[in-house]
Amino acid sequence: MSRIAARFAALKAEGRGALITFLEAWDPDAATSMAILRGMPAAGADLIEIGCAFTDPMADGPTVQLAGGRALAAGATLARTLAMVREFRREDDATPIVLMGYLNPILSYDPVRFCTDAAAAGVDGLIVVDLPTEEADLLVPPARARGIDVIRLVAPTTDDARLPLVLEGSSGFIYYVSITGITGTRTASGAELAAAIPRIRKATDLPIAVGFGVRSPAQAAEAARTADAAVVASALIDTLAGSLDDQGRARPDTVRLVLDQVRMLADGVREARK
Amino acid sequence: MLRYDTAEIGGPALNHPITTGANSLRSGPDSRGRFGEFGGRFVAETLMPLILEVEQAYRAARADPAFQPELDAYLKNYVGRPSPLWFARRLTEALGGAKIYFKREELNHTGAHKINSCMGQILLARRMGKTRIIAETGAGQHGVATATVCALFGLPCTVYMGAVDVARQAPNVFRMKLLGAEVVPVTSGAATLKDAMNEALRDWVANVRDTYYIIGTVAGPHPFPMMVRDFQSVIGDEAKAQLHEAEGRLPDVAVACIGGGSNAMGLFHPFLDDPSVRLIGVEAAGHGLDTNQHAASLSRGRPGVLHGNRTYLLQDENGQIQEAHSISAGLDYPGIGPEHSWLHEVGRVEYVGATDNEALEAFQLCTRTEGIIPALEPAHALAHIGKIAPGMGKDQIILMNLSGRGDKDIFTVAEALGVKL
Repeated sequence: MSRIAARFAALKAEGRGALITFLEAWDPDAATSMAILRGMPAAGADLIEIGCAFTDPMADGPTVQLAGGRALAAGATLARTLAMVREFRREDDATPIVLMGYLNPILSYDPVRFCTDAAAAGVDGLIVVDLPTEEADLLVPPARARGIDVIRLVAPTTDDARLPLVLEGSSGFIYYVSITGITGTRTASGAELAAAIPRIRKATDLPIAVGFGVRSPAQAAEAARTADAAVVASALIDTLAGSLDDQGRARPDTVRLVLDQVRMLADGVREARK
Repeated sequence: MLRYDTAEIGGPALNHPITTGANSLRSGPDSRGRFGEFGGRFVAETLMPLILEVEQAYRAARADPAFQPELDAYLKNYVGRPSPLWFARRLTEALGGAKIYFKREELNHTGAHKINSCMGQILLARRMGKTRIIAETGAGQHGVATATVCALFGLPCTVYMGAVDVARQAPNVFRMKLLGAEVVPVTSGAATLKDAMNEALRDWVANVRDTYYIIGTVAGPHPFPMMVRDFQSVIGDEAKAQLHEAEGRLPDVAVACIGGGSNAMGLFHPFLDDPSVRLIGVEAAGHGLDTNQHAASLSRGRPGVLHGNRTYLLQDENGQIQEAHSISAGLDYPGIGPEHSWLHEVGRVEYVGATDNEALEAFQLCTRTEGIIPALEPAHALAHIGKIAPGMGKDQIILMNLSGRGDKDIFTVAEALGVKL
């Protein structure tokens, strides 16, 4: 069983949803992001998404854009992100790691070679924002052959007629983009989620994670209860960004502030038993 | 060619040749929006349903016998088509070789070819029931053309423009505002055209239900490269007929400048199946192709995915997109339309470069010899004509797309020439 499937099965037995926390690799520097990554499981992250910086993140709001800019300035590359995962796996062989980013750096790396290296590093899933189902044959065969899930995105605009196409051959979990918009902006209401999740649930047996606009412990709890997981990204990056000095460098308490927030989110999700 | 190992990446995308009719180079793209390996629909899932809806609506419009006559009427009475074909006698004499003809797209309403596609797309947006229009712009020509058709039809319009371009194209910014458009300066990234396009895509994702995005060039996700090409092909269709009337034959060479490539695609497409016509696209070589200050995606880039399509891009070894440079804001883009990438690889079109300085010289030569102030964009095409015309016979013909007028550029040119206005 893959780490992703194992983790969701364990949480189901526990009777609660998952907290998926996000960090941008190398934001604001290699050591800080490595420390945050290492600390996340103990702080309560059930799965971890690592953002891979791209110069043109067309689905991201200002928070993630700026994080990517800091990461690129620090020297972030896909190869260095895989090195982070390798490092992480020396101590943690259970927490699923999903890389999230855009297609071009993967094409530049070479999709087949990338999947080989990612699997060897201990990556469990890939979320590629600008790779819709129609173009997924670029990445899905080499990923699947190496046991990596290519996580499909479902949006509010994905209607019932399209849903089966988007879900066909999907694995790992389903990432529900809860708003029509970019990351870190609007938040979906409880009613919107309550209407959307059962619609997707009818079409798939995979766990459903809710992302885009999940910020507070209460929102994370609601998303994890209505669906199977809550993804928190921009709110954590905001905390990191707010902790930096005026040169954009990490301060001594940067890692602690981010992990404290992960703990609060985790508490929220853990209290929201199903 | 794309360099990844395709053995494992299945599907028809990479392994089958382009679906062309018997011997035609004009029947692309295929059903997935591919020209060979280029094009496609690389957008977030949120946009996918809308992209498919645009394609469906466009095909329905094409099939509707009322659509083209409606568009033609606007092109004739509002845009001022057909644009004239002009024999540039004194420029021809100055260069001392082939006869040079200008397709006078700069005489269109709003002063460039951009309005051809804006007019077609806004009619489509109206058919789709969209009530709000967005666009990106570099030099401001596409923004002005979009703001113009929005004023014409009373639709609210938001134009995204890099903050750097807002500063260097102040007259066009004011023009858009006069036309009732909201101009949003984009400060993310390098604050130029590619960032404006990112921001327009972000707006579209957030307003997907009521908004139509009028993309300014033959790039973006399918069906935009095909649709914009179709709307711009009026340029080549007219020029072909006009040249036939004037000279009774095809040109020997057709030349156009290339940023995203819409004016070039519009000129070239009707000639793709005429093998005697040599087609030359001129990219902006900026400070030189061997510097890192140019916008020559085909000459110096490699294939990748940006803004919804797979095409040649200026990018570093890690797949991060690099900034382009050109004296011409309209060519200052690190990508190129996917059909050009395909035509480059199959070798039907030659792609060359002209530097900032060469374009500046050609700009002045055209102005003095023809009394026509060209935009800096087609000045790049003129610069290349300056290199090839003298070596051609006097009975040979070069057809050039004079895609825009240069009034917008006089401040840039004055600065480059060290003149204080």
